[in-house]
Amino acid sequence: MLLISCPNCGSRDETEFHYGGQAHVAYPENPNELTDREWAEYLFYRDNTKGAFAERWLHSTGCRQWFNMLRDTVTYEIQAVYPMGSPRPDAAGKVTADTGTASTAADSTTTGNASPDISGTSTSPTSISSTTAPEGATP
Amino acid sequence: MSADLLPEHPDFLWRNPEPKSSYDAVVVGGGGHGLATAYFLAKNHGMTNIAVLEKGWLAGGNMARNTTIIRSNYLWDESAAIYEHALKLWEILPEELEYDFLFSQRGVMNLAHTLGDVRESMRRVGANKLNGVDAEWLDPKQVKELCPILNISDNIRYPVMGATYQPRAGIAKHDHVAWAFARKCDEMGVDIIQNCEVTGFVKDGNRVVGVKTNRGTINTEKVGLAAAGHSSVLAEMAGFRLPIQSHPLQALVSELHEPVHPTVVMSNHVHVYVSQAHKGELVMGAGVDSYNGYGQRGSFHVIEHQMAAAVELFPIFARAHVLRTWGGIVDTTLDASPIVGNTPVENMFVNCGWGTGGFKATPAAGMTFAHNIATGSPHRLNQPFALERFETGALIDEHGAAAVAH
Ligand SMILES: Cc1cc2nc3c(=O)[nH]c(=O)nc-3n(C[C@H](O)[C@H](O)[C@H](O)COP(=O)(O)OP(=O)(O)OC[C@H]3O[C@@H](n4cnc5c(N)ncnc54)[C@H](O)[C@@H]3O)c2cc1C
Ligand SMILES: [Zn+2]
Repeated sequence: MLLISCPNCGSRDETEFHYGGQAHVAYPENPNELTDREWAEYLFYRDNTKGAFAERWLHSTGCRQWFNMLRDTVTYEIQAVYPMGSPRPDAAGKVTADTGTASTAADSTTTGNASPDISGTSTSPTSISSTTAPEGATP
Repeated sequence: MSADLLPEHPDFLWRNPEPKSSYDAVVVGGGGHGLATAYFLAKNHGMTNIAVLEKGWLAGGNMARNTTIIRSNYLWDESAAIYEHALKLWEILPEELEYDFLFSQRGVMNLAHTLGDVRESMRRVGANKLNGVDAEWLDPKQVKELCPILNISDNIRYPVMGATYQPRAGIAKHDHVAWAFARKCDEMGVDIIQNCEVTGFVKDGNRVVGVKTNRGTINTEKVGLAAAGHSSVLAEMAGFRLPIQSHPLQALVSELHEPVHPTVVMSNHVHVYVSQAHKGELVMGAGVDSYNGYGQRGSFHVIEHQMAAAVELFPIFARAHVLRTWGGIVDTTLDASPIVGNTPVENMFVNCGWGTGGFKATPAAGMTFAHNIATGSPHRLNQPFALERFETGALIDEHGAAAVAH
């Protein structure tokens, strides 16, 4: 079980959240001009990174707000939690100018309220140092 | 007892050769699919100067971790064709491989718990019959007759409203399947190289001409990727993308019990599936963890959920104990169907996306993938599963037949 630190509600069990997959996938600017290949990329292709991965989570049984998280897909360690629309931070929680393939444009709006107003919370990413080890046993 | 009283070590089933500097073809991944592919490359296409490269030990990935359910009752024609072909191969393979890997056709039941389930199930039974796949619809009383330990009372949260049943489906011993293929491959001259991790590819323009490994560079004319959960990582090394997300998938076993469970029971709706292994353990699996993961472990709440469902359906399991839980890394696609075919890189081929249910397909995946590698173009059975379907839109949606597990 992951222990996830919602930017609004604090640390809660993974079972309160829904996973939203890769973060920073922007809705195509000119949908009518996309080729089939580009549509396929937008609809079906997502990064499947082994290592630090920027992804979206929804606190579905809490504040019902979306946020982004940087998580290691091998150790499952949560390295940073940051608001939708903010650029991807590096593993230490610092915002870097332009990382990898991740677009720093606003996030997809297909999920409705994709850029929640997280007023009251700091907009700088929260760095989480410690233990998010799930309890699943290894064989 | 002192060591000199121990019996001789039994014969080894395959050699452990050093990698040669070049091969006609290299298969990346020594799981069930990689081994079956090498077997059919050698047997059907006479390609024996080939190697299977495995980063860990032979069949230590999902092949060692699956719950071994074999069935072919998928909805669409394309899927029924390839999975049914696999089932027919399972029926002859023990003899062909000269290895009794305990293929047991004890039947598989897929329970329906809602009206939606019932409609989907009946539709699938109809589709299966039209495709020559043995399938029946059972009412709750017939379910109980076939599997007396199932609770069919209507006062549970998700009562059993019936089930689809495929009598020819069943289970097999996964490790033995891998060893059976490996031994035959080895006999035909195929090099099975363990502890050999592929770390990159050598390309001449857009054509692959070699693989880089932790044991040196190996030249090759053709590369077949059969790396299951790590397919995206290898594709990235080769310079293309796959529409795959890797997720943890867990399973567990109980201690040994007297035989109580005569068949295999799966429930998409309450997310559990159960069989009883030959030795007597109850073998149970559940759904994937929602997040992407390469950790070969998942979250405990998934296991709790699956146990709760199992106890409601099988009240006598309440006093069984979990002995072991484990996880694998499954390569899921958005239409719950595999990807087998050519890639954007010349002479490189991919077999992946079997997700939570590729063990059952092992022989047919190997046969078609070998055909594709040897001839450069797909076999009739794997053609619909090409990468292009994500561009053409010709998806093969098997969420109904594949949803949970298996
Ligand atoms: C818990 C669980 C239960 C399952 N239950 C069922 C079931 O009941 N029925 C069913 O049909 N299917 C089931 N499956 C799915 C099935 O196990 C897989 O679809 C199937 O095993 C995948 O093919 P494979 O055997 O070749 O994979 P694997 O055994 O995972 O083989 C891939 C191999 O590639 C190797 N590899 C990866 N990267 C590299 C590299 N860079 N260099 C060299 N080698 C590399 C890996 O080490 C691995 O050995 C289950 C899976 C899991 C995890
Ligand atoms: Zn919250």
